[in-house]
Amino acid sequence: MSPLRIVIVDDEEPARNRLRELLEDCRAELPHSVVGEAGNGVEGLRIVAEGRAEAVLVDIQMPEMSGIEFARHLLVMETPPAVIFVTAHDRYAVEAFEVNAVDYLTKPVRAARLLAALKKAANGARLARGVLERIDPAPRRYLSVAERGRVTLVPVSEVVFLRAELKYVTARTRTREHLVEESLAQLEQEFGSVFVRVHRNCLVARGLIRGFERATETEGEIGWSVILEGCDEKLPVSRRLWAQVKSLVTS
Amino acid sequence: MRKKVQSIRQNDLPDALPDFRNLGVVSRILVSVNAAALFFALARSREIGEFAAKVTEVAGSLEPVLLVVLIVLHAGSNLFGRLTYAHGLLAVLAIVLAVTAALFPFQASLGGSGSGRELVLSLGYAALATGSLAWYFHLRNRAFSPAISEARLQALQARIRPHFLFNSLNAVLSLIRKDPQRAETALEDLAELFRTVMADNRELIALKDELSLCRQYLNLEQLRLGERLSVQWRLDPGVEQALVPPMLLQPLVENAVYHGIEPGIGAGVIEVRIERRDDRLSLQLSNPYHEDYQHRQGNRMALANIRERLQLHFDLEASLDTRIADGRYEIGIVMPYRAAP
Repeated sequence: MSPLRIVIVDDEEPARNRLRELLEDCRAELPHSVVGEAGNGVEGLRIVAEGRAEAVLVDIQMPEMSGIEFARHLLVMETPPAVIFVTAHDRYAVEAFEVNAVDYLTKPVRAARLLAALKKAANGARLARGVLERIDPAPRRYLSVAERGRVTLVPVSEVVFLRAELKYVTARTRTREHLVEESLAQLEQEFGSVFVRVHRNCLVARGLIRGFERATETEGEIGWSVILEGCDEKLPVSRRLWAQVKSLVTS
Repeated sequence: MRKKVQSIRQNDLPDALPDFRNLGVVSRILVSVNAAALFFALARSREIGEFAAKVTEVAGSLEPVLLVVLIVLHAGSNLFGRLTYAHGLLAVLAIVLAVTAALFPFQASLGGSGSGRELVLSLGYAALATGSLAWYFHLRNRAFSPAISEARLQALQARIRPHFLFNSLNAVLSLIRKDPQRAETALEDLAELFRTVMADNRELIALKDELSLCRQYLNLEQLRLGERLSVQWRLDPGVEQALVPPMLLQPLVENAVYHGIEPGIGAGVIEVRIERRDDRLSLQLSNPYHEDYQHRQGNRMALANIRERLQLHFDLEASLDTRIADGRYEIGIVMPYRAAP
């Protein structure tokens, strides 16, 4: 068996050092190599892809991107690594982890517990989808897209609108388009405070609505389109949602 | 058995004279004595028309005495601190009676009969008022102890976040193999910190002791946060001697790290400014404000606890305010300046 490829993600350097020491202690029992470490989730995703990691030790409480969000982004990869959470306290219900067989270790970590978690990872245990959302339903800061074997992050704050097209949802920023995997309904539920639905197939950023424009008449009814900052495209507002959308701007 | 009784009684705040320099104490005395006087005037008036005249009469003899007594007590409050409770009480009674007697001729000239009987009556009322107030302050003292001080103590003991303890232990573990000496220092700091947290925290302490506690705490946080954490201290000369409630600053510094530094990806600065303005001590603390992380719990507990203790020690004379300005969260505390002996 080839050595297990491991990445460590923790914002505190002493904590990363400690995990390295403990991993060293486990080497005889479980051959492995640490292919990289990162101080935040964004960096961590890059290193995981580059190092083709098979297991990630990740702190839950980190600035910018929590360990939970980091793990959610990992899941868009074709072959995501096993995730082992390392946390100083159990704000997140410990039972939720246990029931769902996600491994978590509490700081300070014991070598024996770490070894057990690594063995489970080496045997192919992986996160099930949907588990992390239940543990921490807070909205993510990024949307993630698997592109050419790596994870591309799109900051939610840069998305102008989201539109369902055939099989995928397109996330449109000022500069480009990305295909995301989640359904429009899921995105609406998670980011309801950021986006508003203007049409059956479209969510737009609440903060970027600049006004409305009369669009074509269909069957004698006047239609409206919404004008968004940073986007030339005029998106139709459905008649059913018009009153609701208009009140957002006037109020 | 006897020992047990003693240890329970030690939890009682000892009876002590109120601090006559405190605005809250002074206003309590003023309000209650005047209310009693009004009631007295009402009781002595046979008809409603007589009431106004009675009030003027009672006030005329009461207010000068009350005023002079309060001024004397204010001036002498340092001396009372050195007396035992019983001696202090006798001293206050003596002052009240002396002032009443001394002002009596002046009141007689304002229209009283000046008879010996009237002097005895005045002295009697003065003694009665003093006794009632002493009883009131005694009860108030009892009400705040031991229940509240006990609850407060427990709240404090639970106060240092488990999160901090476990992260610090983890940081110390990371040092043991590579830098055993730093690990030793860190464990000593940790021990000291917990010793203070678990101590009986009811007496005021010198600010310099609280500051060294904060530094020990910050050393531990520096260990794991490294250059992300920096602290700017700006202290007026001499403030180290000021008396403050124990665990006044440490919880605020801990909050600043938790809410201001940990959620930030780059370096953040905590500013602590302590100034003396005449007889006031002003403490200001600020940290970067992260709007997105306001769901992190635990801020209000510490603030409420500190506010309550400031009130217990200084009544109306201390205040604690918070505000958000220029992307920073600021806390300001103003309290009376008292120097440690």
